Amino acid sequence: MIYFDRVSKIYNGGPAALDNISLTIEPNEFVSIVGHSGAGKTTLLKMLLAEDKPTDGAVFFESSNISELQKESLNDLRRRMGMVFQDFRLLPHKTVYENIAFAMEAAGRTDEEIEADVPYVLDLVDLGEKMWNFPHELSGGEKQRVAIARAIVNQPDIVIADEPTGNLDPLNTFEIVQILKKINDLGTTVILTTHNKGVIDSLNKRVITLDAGRVVRDDKSGKYVL
Amino acid sequence: MKWTNTKRILRSGFVSFWRNSFVSIASILVMTVTLFVVGSLVFVGALLNSTLDQLEDKVDINVYFTVEADEGNILSLKKSIEVLPEVREVEYISRDEALLRFRERHSDDQLTLQALDELEENPLGASLSIRAKETSQYEGIANFLQEQEDATPQGKTSIIEKINFFQNKIAIDRLTKIINSAERFGTLVIIFLALASVAITFNTIRLAIYTAKDEISVMKLVGASNTYIQNPFVVEGLLYGIAAGIITLVLFYPITLSLGSVTEGFFSNINIFEYYLNNFGQIFVIIMGTGILLGAVSSYLAVRRYLKIQ
Repeated sequence: MIYFDRVSKIYNGGPAALDNISLTIEPNEFVSIVGHSGAGKTTLLKMLLAEDKPTDGAVFFESSNISELQKESLNDLRRRMGMVFQDFRLLPHKTVYENIAFAMEAAGRTDEEIEADVPYVLDLVDLGEKMWNFPHELSGGEKQRVAIARAIVNQPDIVIADEPTGNLDPLNTFEIVQILKKINDLGTTVILTTHNKGVIDSLNKRVITLDAGRVVRDDKSGKYVL
Repeated sequence: MKWTNTKRILRSGFVSFWRNSFVSIASILVMTVTLFVVGSLVFVGALLNSTLDQLEDKVDINVYFTVEADEGNILSLKKSIEVLPEVREVEYISRDEALLRFRERHSDDQLTLQALDELEENPLGASLSIRAKETSQYEGIANFLQEQEDATPQGKTSIIEKINFFQNKIAIDRLTKIINSAERFGTLVIIFLALASVAITFNTIRLAIYTAKDEISVMKLVGASNTYIQNPFVVEGLLYGIAAGIITLVLFYPITLSLGSVTEGFFSNINIFEYYLNNFGQIFVIIMGTGILLGAVSSYLAVRRYLKIQ
């Protein structure tokens, strides 16, 4: 489904942020990417989201080369990927409902679909009662659940979660991971980057370990080893 | 789908205008100042124009005729002047009329009036008062009159006693220069002020949108198209313009009302309040048009900067 073909990325003549990385992610996989800060986790995700182009090599989503996509198909691609970030990145001046509705509007869904799907997906993350609150009125865990709801509302093929638990306490961390697992069980590929040893060890899924821009381990049901 | 999108964009623009009330108010205030400057320029322009018109109106050429001059000759000269393309109007002041005006002018001066009464005959000649369309055209008219005088056949005395243009030439030339440079200077100041205030407004809106920079990148990541991100901001800018335009137009009412009588006494006879009411349609279009254009274009350009980031 996703294929990194000898991808390298060098920023401004510095050391390689990604160094000749090749890996494949299959549909329905739950892949965790671990590594120290600066190991290249975020850069890897940026390549996948086409936020940045590889210096060398290519990233494929199904059969299309991501860095060669035109603007329109890039927007289509992004609608097939749901993003969850450490800092939530909700739209601060929109309510919970509107934040999720915005993603659906961007995807060109009808008003009827939006009215039906937004409450449904909010119930899924157990936030039905906070539908009309603004992000600043929510706790960290709640914000992250909104972000997840937004990421999955368009039924994406992949959910990419970039350190989604980085700002959360253990209880909220556990809940977020449970939600991600549920999403994966329902048939969506999940890519997760994290620093949290407990999360990785409890998942018992594939773990890719990065160090200095290289893949140093790739275990089918790995543990957090650094 | 197109209509749905338009509806969503409009709603999103309105909602964000309302919710970011602090930013909206700040932008509207700055824009109000700009529109106020633009509006004031319209008024100053009107005052300047009417004052200049009045000044120009005071300039004329007077042809004084001898006491013996035959009225028929004078009227035929008047006709020949009136056909000149530069001439706006020619007024004939007969000898009696001249005397009447003289008495009126010196009604406080008993001595002069007594002296006048001593004379048996009206000592004043008739005259023609000529106004040109432009002050620069007086010289041509004066030359024409001079030619007329020079063409008088030998032996006959000319009926023209005096043409006062040549006495007033320096004053008229200077006035022409002042009028021309006042107009040029006025235009320059107007352009400069307008540019400065446009730049300030543009920057304010850019700052307002700068705060939304992160939001814009989130919207991109969610997969929204550029127009779908951009247009609500343009709608918001448009609303700033409309709100600022209304505030400015309302503000001008009490201001011109209180300044009306002052301007009427100080500059010529233009009452700024009446000018505002009489030209409201035109001023409305100028102020609203500037506001809407400024708001929409500033927002459009400002968001475009952040959209370039992938």
